[in-house]
Amino acid sequence: MTVKTATGAPARLPERAAPKQGLWAWLNKRLPVDEFIEEQLTGYYAPKNFNFWYFFGSLALLVLVIQLLTGIFLTMFYKPGELTAFDSVEYIMREVDFGWLIRYLHSTGASAFFIVVYLHMFRAFLYGSYRAPRELLWLIGMLVYLALMAEAFMGYVLPWGNMSFWGAQVIVNLFGTIPGIGTPLVQWIRGDYGIADATLDRFFALHVAALPLALLLLVMLHLVALHRTGSNNPDGIEIKEKTGPDGKPLDGIPFHPYYTVKDVVGVGVFLLLFALVVFFKPNLGGLFLEAPNFEPANPLSTPEHIAPVWYFTPYYAILRAVPDQRMGALLMLLAVVSFLFLPWLDRSPVKSMRYRGWLSRTALALFALSFVALGYLGLQPAEGLYVVLARIFTALYFAFFLLMPFYSRIDAVKPVPDRVVYHAH
Amino acid sequence: MADHAVVAEDEVDLSRRKFLTRATIATGAVGTVLAAVPFIESWSPSERARAQGAPTELDLSKLEPGQMATPVWRKSPIYVVRRTPDMVSRIAGHDELLKDPKSENSDQPPYARNPLRSRSAEFLVLIGTCTHLGCLPKQRFSAGELYPGWPGGFFCPCHGSRFDLAGRVFAGSPASANLRVPPYSYPNARTLVIGADEKGVA
Repeated sequence: MTVKTATGAPARLPERAAPKQGLWAWLNKRLPVDEFIEEQLTGYYAPKNFNFWYFFGSLALLVLVIQLLTGIFLTMFYKPGELTAFDSVEYIMREVDFGWLIRYLHSTGASAFFIVVYLHMFRAFLYGSYRAPRELLWLIGMLVYLALMAEAFMGYVLPWGNMSFWGAQVIVNLFGTIPGIGTPLVQWIRGDYGIADATLDRFFALHVAALPLALLLLVMLHLVALHRTGSNNPDGIEIKEKTGPDGKPLDGIPFHPYYTVKDVVGVGVFLLLFALVVFFKPNLGGLFLEAPNFEPANPLSTPEHIAPVWYFTPYYAILRAVPDQRMGALLMLLAVVSFLFLPWLDRSPVKSMRYRGWLSRTALALFALSFVALGYLGLQPAEGLYVVLARIFTALYFAFFLLMPFYSRIDAVKPVPDRVVYHAH
Repeated sequence: MADHAVVAEDEVDLSRRKFLTRATIATGAVGTVLAAVPFIESWSPSERARAQGAPTELDLSKLEPGQMATPVWRKSPIYVVRRTPDMVSRIAGHDELLKDPKSENSDQPPYARNPLRSRSAEFLVLIGTCTHLGCLPKQRFSAGELYPGWPGGFFCPCHGSRFDLAGRVFAGSPASANLRVPPYSYPNARTLVIGADEKGVA
């Protein structure tokens, strides 16, 4: 409705002031709800040039919620313990109403988590989002990734299928390669002389209580750190450096409603793909759920071919590429830890790949190729050509990090514009 | 209400306050570490797990020459092989292909630290989990079974480690150590006890 003034020109209605009375005012006096919404959403400015790669942060949050919700319900029917675990999962699949759906949402959610997190991380590689002033944001994000790996590994053990058992055996024994304390440490982790009831029960406790709490705390810190520095963007320009007369970034728009609307579209597309997997291909041909895990755990029978779930296979391929067990485990650890050093390895004067030369671009392309190739090789038996290829890609993988201080410094760069590149639609 | 003397800022004894603060933090830290002990200890194998890890016996008279029995000791299959003289002869002659032919970097009781890695040539007793990452090596006892020139032994399907008929690892395997030998003894000619020897129970 427009109000006509005496001169006939439309006048703006006064901004709707927050009611001074009523339940909302009562609430706000006691809890800073309005302030929080203003600070974190409607008054939080994000760069206006976000693209496709910026969907995955909010999608990771969505998957976290899916995992928590489905996980809580699975806990109601699942029974840890070596005699009951496998049967209770079968019970969920066959006898609990919609139990199959809740479990498939959870198992597909685990893989979806890693898909969106890997894409989210690749975005940081593309646009230099790990660079100053966002090093701590990156480090916290990497801690989220590590907690997620532990969470996923222990979750995979819970169904107590044969791959659960032997996966646990292989991963726990990695700690045995630590000189001096290896053997007692492994026994301490297992709580028995082999992977046993005690191991399963403690993994259950960690999976449903300790690690989710740690994940939630880390995700919260990740968001707090993000809102402190503000988001990076595809141009790698700090929008806070160009502000208007109102002190707001010229190239920023309020997160809500502009990016909540954008993210809702991402959520829609994501849920469509997610539902396709859940309803039509929940095992995804053995990638999301492996065939040997439909057999109960058997300590006296190793599956013919042990492979972890796809999201760990790049590291697994590195482990197997080395003909020495201690070196293999060390390289595998380094492959994960290398990410932590990224903010200090990158010496390029610009952040975004858009303004970097062919050296950095080729390095990133080779790294992404190595990661995917190692992921494929980790699923294959460790023999013949596969091992040779795994060694080549392992070398490329580490070369990306080790040589970064050199190629990122000598690489040609293009001039970075003052303002973000943005074309109105 | 008691009378509080007003202390001027420069009269506050800061060194005393610092000392008390540090002492409090140190006491708290020691307390936290000590309080963590029971929680950390709770993860060690329980009394029940330790009782179930007691020595186990095997009747050797039921084992035919060339056969392998796999009793379970401490959740691990134990490979007990009754080696034929032919199998024993195939252990020698490939030391240069092994990572640790003299079992210097491997885990075994002193009485198994010999080329045959056993107390007697006839019976081989091994912990049947790969020293790489704990998979179960499969028996490939026949000569040439894996490839021409294969002297017979064990092959791990997980990551491809190979061991000879004394459990010694071949070079080129991801495993770095020979298969482990548990403590064992023969209280009489036909009984094998796994998990106990002259030194007592493991």
